[in-house]
Amino acid sequence: MAERSFAKEVQKLRLGDGETFTGEGILAITKALLQCGVGYVGGYQGAPISHLMDVLADAQEILGDLGVHYEASASEATATAMLAASVHYPIRGAATFKSTVGTNVASDALANLASGGVTGGALIIVGEDYGEGSSIMQERSHAFAMKSQVWLLDPRPNLPSIVAGVEHGFELSEASNTPVMLQVRIRCCHVHGSFVAKDNKRPPMTVADALENPRRDTGRIVLPPASFLHEKEKINRRLPAAIDYIKRHRLNETFGGEGKVGIICQGGMYNGVIRALQRLGLADLYGETEVPLHVLNVTYPLVDEELVAFCEGKDAVLVVEEGQPDYIEQALGSMLYKADASVLLEGKGLLPEAGEYTGDAMLSGIGAFMRKHAGAMLAPEIRAPNEPAPPDFDDLARTVPARPPGFCIGCPERPIFAATKLTEQELGKHHIASDIGCHLFSIMPPFELGATTMGYGLGPASASAFNSPEAKRRSISFVGDGGFWHNGLTSSIGNAVFNKNDGVIVVVDNYYSAATGGQDILSSRATNRTKSTRHPITDAIRGMGVNWVRHIDRTYDVGRMRHVLKEALTTPEKGPKVIVASSECMLNRQRREAPHKKKAMADGKRVVRTKFGVDEDVCTGDHACMRLSGCPSLSVKHLDNPLRDDPVAAIDQNCVGCGNCGEVADAAVLCPSFYQADVVSNPTGWDRFWFGLRRRFIGLLQARRERRRLLFGTAA
Amino acid sequence: MSLTLPQREDRTKGIIKLAVLAVGGQGGGVLTNWITDLAQRAGWHVQSTSVAGVAQRTGATIYYVEMAPKDPSRQDDLPVMALSPSPGDVDILIAAELAEAGRAVLRGFVTPDRTVLIASSHRMLAVSEKIVPGDGRADSETVLKRTSEAARRTIQFDMEALARQAGSVISASLFGALAGSGELPFPRKAFEETIRAGGRGTEASLAAFALAYDRAAGTAGATAAVPGPAPVRGGVSGPGALMERWTSLAQRAAALPAPVQEMAKPGLAKVVDFLDPAYGAEYLDRVERVAAEDAETEGWVFSREAAKYIANAMVYDDIIRVADLKTRSARAARVRDEVELGEGQILTTTEYFHPRMEEVCGALPVRLGAAIEARPRLMRTLNRVVDRGRRIRTDGIVGFGILWVIGGLRRWRRSLLRHKVEGQHLEEWLARADEARRADYALGVEVLKCRRLIKGYSDTHQRGLSKFDRVLSCLEPLRGRSDAADWIRRLREAALADADGVALDGAIRTVRSFTEEPGKSTG
Repeated sequence: MAERSFAKEVQKLRLGDGETFTGEGILAITKALLQCGVGYVGGYQGAPISHLMDVLADAQEILGDLGVHYEASASEATATAMLAASVHYPIRGAATFKSTVGTNVASDALANLASGGVTGGALIIVGEDYGEGSSIMQERSHAFAMKSQVWLLDPRPNLPSIVAGVEHGFELSEASNTPVMLQVRIRCCHVHGSFVAKDNKRPPMTVADALENPRRDTGRIVLPPASFLHEKEKINRRLPAAIDYIKRHRLNETFGGEGKVGIICQGGMYNGVIRALQRLGLADLYGETEVPLHVLNVTYPLVDEELVAFCEGKDAVLVVEEGQPDYIEQALGSMLYKADASVLLEGKGLLPEAGEYTGDAMLSGIGAFMRKHAGAMLAPEIRAPNEPAPPDFDDLARTVPARPPGFCIGCPERPIFAATKLTEQELGKHHIASDIGCHLFSIMPPFELGATTMGYGLGPASASAFNSPEAKRRSISFVGDGGFWHNGLTSSIGNAVFNKNDGVIVVVDNYYSAATGGQDILSSRATNRTKSTRHPITDAIRGMGVNWVRHIDRTYDVGRMRHVLKEALTTPEKGPKVIVASSECMLNRQRREAPHKKKAMADGKRVVRTKFGVDEDVCTGDHACMRLSGCPSLSVKHLDNPLRDDPVAAIDQNCVGCGNCGEVADAAVLCPSFYQADVVSNPTGWDRFWFGLRRRFIGLLQARRERRRLLFGTAA
Repeated sequence: MSLTLPQREDRTKGIIKLAVLAVGGQGGGVLTNWITDLAQRAGWHVQSTSVAGVAQRTGATIYYVEMAPKDPSRQDDLPVMALSPSPGDVDILIAAELAEAGRAVLRGFVTPDRTVLIASSHRMLAVSEKIVPGDGRADSETVLKRTSEAARRTIQFDMEALARQAGSVISASLFGALAGSGELPFPRKAFEETIRAGGRGTEASLAAFALAYDRAAGTAGATAAVPGPAPVRGGVSGPGALMERWTSLAQRAAALPAPVQEMAKPGLAKVVDFLDPAYGAEYLDRVERVAAEDAETEGWVFSREAAKYIANAMVYDDIIRVADLKTRSARAARVRDEVELGEGQILTTTEYFHPRMEEVCGALPVRLGAAIEARPRLMRTLNRVVDRGRRIRTDGIVGFGILWVIGGLRRWRRSLLRHKVEGQHLEEWLARADEARRADYALGVEVLKCRRLIKGYSDTHQRGLSKFDRVLSCLEPLRGRSDAADWIRRLREAALADADGVALDGAIRTVRSFTEEPGKSTG
């Protein structure tokens, strides 16, 4: 069950010819796939296209009705390899994953897919996570397109353009027998807009038809001598075919009329460029620009003729190309030089060499270009802005705290790292290798655990060099359940077994691929209608040859977690020590349980709700508990008491009663301030009887003592 | 050529640009959907974007909406809108938390020429603010002041509290504040219809919306940083004989200089509550003794701090106090309030204890406790039985009974080991402060304030004590220096900055570096 349900929205996928579709970018992409008669879709979740996978999962019924096969791939490599179905058969297929993280994983399959080429259109939708919250922003999908010689579409970020991108993507792929990558940036995936829909199409050939009538063509298989021919074919046949298609269908667009200066930009940069021109007074609300603009909806291959023609007669052009290195600018320089052009080429230099092209970067870059080469087009105040110096907010900058993402309220991974921190307090610091996933938040305060993160499922692999009989301590490495199934089982666990690695491996099992939005994986406990779940991680690890395996089925037991970790670090047993720490992702658990609890409560059934609290007069305000938690629900508050200097711990109403506070206070011997309160709704008669009896007894004792002492309105 | 061209200016003036800065989990997405839906229902062009992913996981996140009315002459054309906010180019900025309002200003999204800032003045503390052993909270006043200065217009109040009051979440009150601000040209009804169309939790959302609407419409332009009303301190009650003794103690406290009273009155209550009126008399003896040597010319600062910290020192945290506090009827009532115990619901409470042999010895008679502590092997053996986590059900007869009995040990406290240790420590500290005061009044005050370092239980308490000792160990090398008081203050603040004492170590090294210089003479 994914974090976000699209059950309602996917009904929009049924819209027919002429109807207006309104919604998010990812949903529009899905609709476009169906309109194109796609035969199979798959992919691996990851921001920003996680929701695309969720949409597909929620749309399985609609896909099924059309005879479209849906696959939740094990990894990006799997997803790309799946596109092999389009090699011999005229079936359109689409795969989606996060770029460039996923594209890296997919690279091997991509090379082979690109070598033999495709018969049916093969589309790879890559979600570009660049800018805020991104994990890998310093690499470009562009490089993958170039190295594998597959075509890269980068449509303008509005729904009609994205939909057109999908349609042309398939046709371009078929026209040139080459897989096509469609790049969508993160905000574009979640942009809300509309387009006019077409009817969905059944694939002319389904995967079932293909299975019934197998075909093969040795010439398409990647093995010499065929692969030598593929190399030539790429240049001699596929590239010209692609360029021909791009030109014929005018995939790249030119806006504005004549002018002495012009701008060339990637499709995805279009809105940002127009916004800058709007603010400079050079384009209107609807994008009608006075500065000629050439928009590359296809960023690879580049069409030399079009670009040289655009530059002809111009004094200067500016290339707006996000990311580094500047592949487009370099290529343009080369083609202009060969064409003996005299136009001045500007790009990186006026615009930032690296980093996201934010509105600010665009405004100052394009502004600088215009001031330099066409100052007369600008209003005087824009040409020579005389702005007052921006106010100085030094004190504010010092005051506002950083707020990186962290573990959610009640997260079952928090106690794992609390236990690790406590273990380190006892046994000293260790080399800790982290992995991709929510558990990577351990590197942040308050835990500050983990030295490296090398890739999804590669946590233990990245500690593999730290295996020495001379060392007195072992390495600790983490891998999540998502990473474990993605790649970790072989690359990390198998590798550790084979190389007799003596380190400690902790598998953080939260029942889902939680960081990407709670998708099910092999070891998920849920019953999934279309996928096979409930495959224990411990079985897989034992099957891989690990002898020392411990399973903790309630991570909130900090004491036990610490004990097992200590045992793993000190046992004389050789070989990898693997601890599987399992508890359900609290975000998903709440989403699963909250409606049931609400209903049970309304139905008059007995329901227990647990919450933690702090006795503020017992708490001394040292905050040791927070240094082992970081829970958003556990915070501090100021007491209205002149005798108290420091704020005390307080737990807010969002507490889900996971127990970490109490367990940590116990395991770390902190303080007796925490209490657990269980509220029983709709108690049984027996409950009420006992409760009444206990309350009377307690009331008697309290009254007896309180009669004999002074009572103060508020205890200090 | 330029002469023939019209004067150009920003052509996006027709677009309303709105950004929402929220902390993950605050419902920024819901709010953004409402705003988008609102504009769409009005027949406007609207585009919204978000960065999902961080949205649930407590990080700072930005949603962005642009909207523009449709131009009747260009029915078929779509405006080109930006996908993320630009500095200096935002009309309405909604911050779902105060520090996020500050972040918005720092990122340039709030500018005095155009931006209206709608911000909730409540705080959701970042991890970095919570883990400091002292008070690590960001200064809200700075943020309130600077954000108001940065905006064209500011609407700030606690929208979280209003939402909770209505049984809803902050997205609803933010939407209400947006409507109440009058910055969007849509009637109140249109906002409310948008909420209704959403379907879920409609009534509570509308209630929160209305509260915030009224507040924003009424206080438009004003910065409302109203602190909550101070809780009313209840009176004192008890049996006649005790009340008489209390009255005479209270009279003694009332005779102290006014600034000292402010601390001595709550101090006296705290001390008497801890043990008995006689203990209160002991407390006043100490405070009066200090005050007698203090002077009005100094503003009674020394006696005032003494009144505060002597009370804190006399009320040490032992298992008897914890048991006493946890078995009071007022405490049970507070827990019931906190969990909002409803009619027909029942409540169980479980306490998390982890006593060690050290705490047990402290609660033994002086000679017995000291005898055990003097035998490490015996301590270890006994600790094996004692040292483990214990969950005690204070709603149960047995659990409550045990704590009730422990709480009752109060009356023998004076004969217990911990009392003796704490008493000695208090006297030593007070003597050092007194001695320091005679030479340097300000230094004496700082020595008193170092008592703040001692807090917590078990290891945390030990760590606090050790920091206290380390800070005061610098008294000797600083003796005679005119900046000694300032250095003790700095050392204390360093000790409160982190748990491991890294900052304190650094500060001590600094002190050593200049006090151990061979040429040191007058200082």
